[in-house]
Amino acid sequence: MVSTVSPPQAAVNPLTAGRLPAAAPWGILAGSLLASTAVFALLQVGSGEEDFNIVGAVFFGVVGYVLLVYIVSRLIEGSRRAKDRFVTALVGLAFVVAMLPLISLVFTVVAQGSGRIDLDFFTLSLRNVLGEGGGAAHAIIGTLLMTGVATLISVPIGLLTSIYLVEYGRGRLAQAITFLVDVMTGIPSIVAGLFAFALFELILGPGTRVGLSGAAALTVLMLPVVVRSSEDILRLVPNELREASYALGVPKWLTILKVVIPTAIAGIATGVMLSIARVIGETAPLLIAAGFSNNFNFDLTEGRMQSLPVYVYYSYISQGTDFQPYIDRAWAGALTLIAIVMILNLAARLVARIFAPKLGR
Amino acid sequence: MNITRAGSFAAIIAAGALVLSACASGETTDNGSEGETSALSGTLVGAGASSQQSAQEAWVVGFQEANPETTVEYDPIGSGGGRETFIGGGSQFAGSDRAFNDEEIAADNFASCVPGTGIIEIPAYISPIAVIFNLEGIDSLNMDAATIAGIFAGEITNWSDPAIAATNEGVELPDLPITAVHRADDSGTTANFTDYLAVNAPDVWTVGQIETWPTEYGGEAAPQTSGVVDAVTNGTGTIGYADASRAGDLGTVAVAVGGDFVPFSPEAAAAIVDASPRVEGRGPGDLAINLDRASEEVGVYPIVLVSYLIACNEYTEGAPVDLVKAYLSYVISEEGQALAAEAAGSAPISADLRSEAQGFIDAIQ
Amino acid sequence: MTSPEIIRPKAKQRPGDRVFSASALISGSLILAILAAVAGFLMLQGIPGMFADPESVSIYTEGENFVEFVVPLIFGTLWAAALALVMALPLAIGIALFISHYAPRRLAQGLGYIIDLLAAVPSVVFGLWGANVLAGAIQPSFVWLEENLGWIPLFAGPVSGTGRTMLTAAIVLAVMILPIITAISREVFLQTPPLYEEAALALGATRWEMIRTVVLPFGRPGVIAGAMLGLGRALGETMAVAMVLSGSGVIVFDLIGSVNPLTIAANVALRFPEAYGINVNVLIATGLILFAITLVVNSIARYIVNRRKDFSGAN
Repeated sequence: MVSTVSPPQAAVNPLTAGRLPAAAPWGILAGSLLASTAVFALLQVGSGEEDFNIVGAVFFGVVGYVLLVYIVSRLIEGSRRAKDRFVTALVGLAFVVAMLPLISLVFTVVAQGSGRIDLDFFTLSLRNVLGEGGGAAHAIIGTLLMTGVATLISVPIGLLTSIYLVEYGRGRLAQAITFLVDVMTGIPSIVAGLFAFALFELILGPGTRVGLSGAAALTVLMLPVVVRSSEDILRLVPNELREASYALGVPKWLTILKVVIPTAIAGIATGVMLSIARVIGETAPLLIAAGFSNNFNFDLTEGRMQSLPVYVYYSYISQGTDFQPYIDRAWAGALTLIAIVMILNLAARLVARIFAPKLGR
Repeated sequence: MNITRAGSFAAIIAAGALVLSACASGETTDNGSEGETSALSGTLVGAGASSQQSAQEAWVVGFQEANPETTVEYDPIGSGGGRETFIGGGSQFAGSDRAFNDEEIAADNFASCVPGTGIIEIPAYISPIAVIFNLEGIDSLNMDAATIAGIFAGEITNWSDPAIAATNEGVELPDLPITAVHRADDSGTTANFTDYLAVNAPDVWTVGQIETWPTEYGGEAAPQTSGVVDAVTNGTGTIGYADASRAGDLGTVAVAVGGDFVPFSPEAAAAIVDASPRVEGRGPGDLAINLDRASEEVGVYPIVLVSYLIACNEYTEGAPVDLVKAYLSYVISEEGQALAAEAAGSAPISADLRSEAQGFIDAIQ
Repeated sequence: MTSPEIIRPKAKQRPGDRVFSASALISGSLILAILAAVAGFLMLQGIPGMFADPESVSIYTEGENFVEFVVPLIFGTLWAAALALVMALPLAIGIALFISHYAPRRLAQGLGYIIDLLAAVPSVVFGLWGANVLAGAIQPSFVWLEENLGWIPLFAGPVSGTGRTMLTAAIVLAVMILPIITAISREVFLQTPPLYEEAALALGATRWEMIRTVVLPFGRPGVIAGAMLGLGRALGETMAVAMVLSGSGVIVFDLIGSVNPLTIAANVALRFPEAYGINVNVLIATGLILFAITLVVNSIARYIVNRRKDFSGAN
């Protein structure tokens, strides 16, 4: 990308005569930060406050940089390039701003959670555990089972639906499905839990709380995300590819399977990952539908099933007199949950890389 | 493509489950080998108040260690949810921050119970509610009900207010705005706290006993006990009310009772339960208590949460009656109450209450 | 959408085609069935709550009825979600562009992965972080806002002592929906046909001009779709808001005070555990309203996307 963007050498072309050297923006950034720091240091001395306002210094330093780079570039390079540099600075800034909460969050979770990441945590349940010790293995299993089942149901149905919408659907039914999938994204997670709970009460008797019910709640939440994200991606597959395939006499279903989906697989994988990430951390519906347990349970159709988010939530909200072990378990559970999604994410990327056709990018 | 993906997910999950199940089975045999002989086995399911969760955890551990073949699940879905689940027959016992009211008992639609036999309600979890605050260098303050009500109703807004200073001679109160933190969720804790205010300071606290905080009183809302404790801890000049076991290093308020100021303690909390009358017109086994918040007796701490264990007098066929009886007996036993006191900071019930409740538990069919 | 002229002249329907299109159709219909079940459940349980006698509903405050109960919650829901979207959308577009068109390619993949990580953080953790880390860290800047910008009603104060305000909740929500919008925007930006981009550059456009004239118009439906997915999540987010926001049923525009409007989803989560009898129906009825709000928001988005369809690749 970079090579295509960088313009030809300026020496001969009068149109690109005024050019800032490559290091100039960095110089301006450093200068701006220094100046801002100096101003804040002076202010601090002047007002006699104790703490140096580092957030303010960085903030005004960066704002100063964005303005300066625009002005300097406008003077030397002209307004079009100035605008380009301005946007480049803004885009970079957006990225840095977005990284701040991420860094703070990851730092908090890792710092608080790593204390309890030990063998016990991944092999033991909380059966007969009072105070220290114990683990989250039962919750990890519950989360994997319920999310796994929800994924197994949602991904085929969701993907086929999006294929229907993009490749086959025309007229009223397709419009209705599109619209209703939108509606479905608006189901509040707690309502999905209530629905699943009510459904399984009908099937298995009143007051039933089982893992399958939790999986059903997650499916309701996951389906629309899968459909919408894969629909948007499938629509972006250039029609030329389909037409080329038809022209070679390939039937439509094979075209979809061998041309359309492989072209879009990276996007679909991202969408599926997002949808898993969306539901794997759901607390409220699982608490209502699947209940709470301190014991191992591998049976989705019998007995309450613990999940990691519920585990984290209850470790936080109901602590005993000796509360530190509970807090440690809560953060360790959160860290585990993030790690699980990271691993799944990596797997999805691998899948995408293996199956995606090699394009120009 | 799709099938391959699905298959790989299944494989990951299956592999994970296999590895973990190996560990899990190891764990169960461990527990099985060390236990003494006990005829009891099976699973008992209860659901209800999250306030009892820590105590229930302790009881479950104690009970399961004595009866290794049993499993007790307590689902802390909340009092309302616990009562609904019990009525629907989804659990064999319920935990609730309030007893069933007269209409609910008159409806007599408890799915697990034989109709017409009524229910057992035992005030097995008694816990003082501490009024906690965060002021540098101050560990304890004396307040009467009117002052506490004034603070939480938003009428007293600064720590240097004369109403606070009047009962705290010699304490240097800072000139700091008060942030009053209340529970954002509906809770038995709020109901018990506001009941105390409504009874003892009706002029200031005019909305009576409530579960939902009235908007006009303002203040900061935080979810659950942990949320309130964190908000009070992280802020300055904050005051809140929470389960006393979580008071930790925060300052606490000693409450005016009969001309004296009583700090919270399990004993003082248990004292008010013994000093209070029963709810009238209930069937046998229904030990619902009408807490006497206005009590002037010496050493009584009136801001108390009483949470009930609820079961049937007579179960319909197929219910694990022996398990219910054994578990409830364990809960109210001296050993069980002592364990909860240690793990959850609750107040052990008195010997009189225990022997009375034990009689009803033994009669469960 | 594939235009009919291309497909109609096909010679014969192969069995594979029939099986495939039938299964696609069945999947689509299954979604209809699930949604109908959920909607039926909501109506069945919610409508009695809407029309219940206010006297019998214990979660209403004195003299309140359903409308008075739900209007502040609707306001809070829309207010929080709108604030979150206003903060997240420009940032998300910026990040997506940074990853797709600015960062070196090797770096870009890693960066995309890191942003995706944010989506993986469960809402409970956002709640813990927001209430215990962010609120405390950001509170001093609220004091600054009140002192310097207090004349704007949004920052009127008095400032909350703990920082658990609407602004904090909106920031947490913004951080939560950021990766969703970013991921989808990034994917569509990457799908921009390289030929168009190169054509624009060949005409002498700067990188920004190329993005403005080629990438953004091409990706607009995708960005809107991503924004709507994000908005949907912000509207329905339960735990994080419940843990971070100090809220009650009021309509207040002040962003930095102790008294804030609560959202529907958080209200349900906070009230549901203790709810019994008809109160449960009232809460489900508010859920039904949230459902309706999202429906309206999504319809608007779909309308915008459809109007812009001519830019999509599959025309």
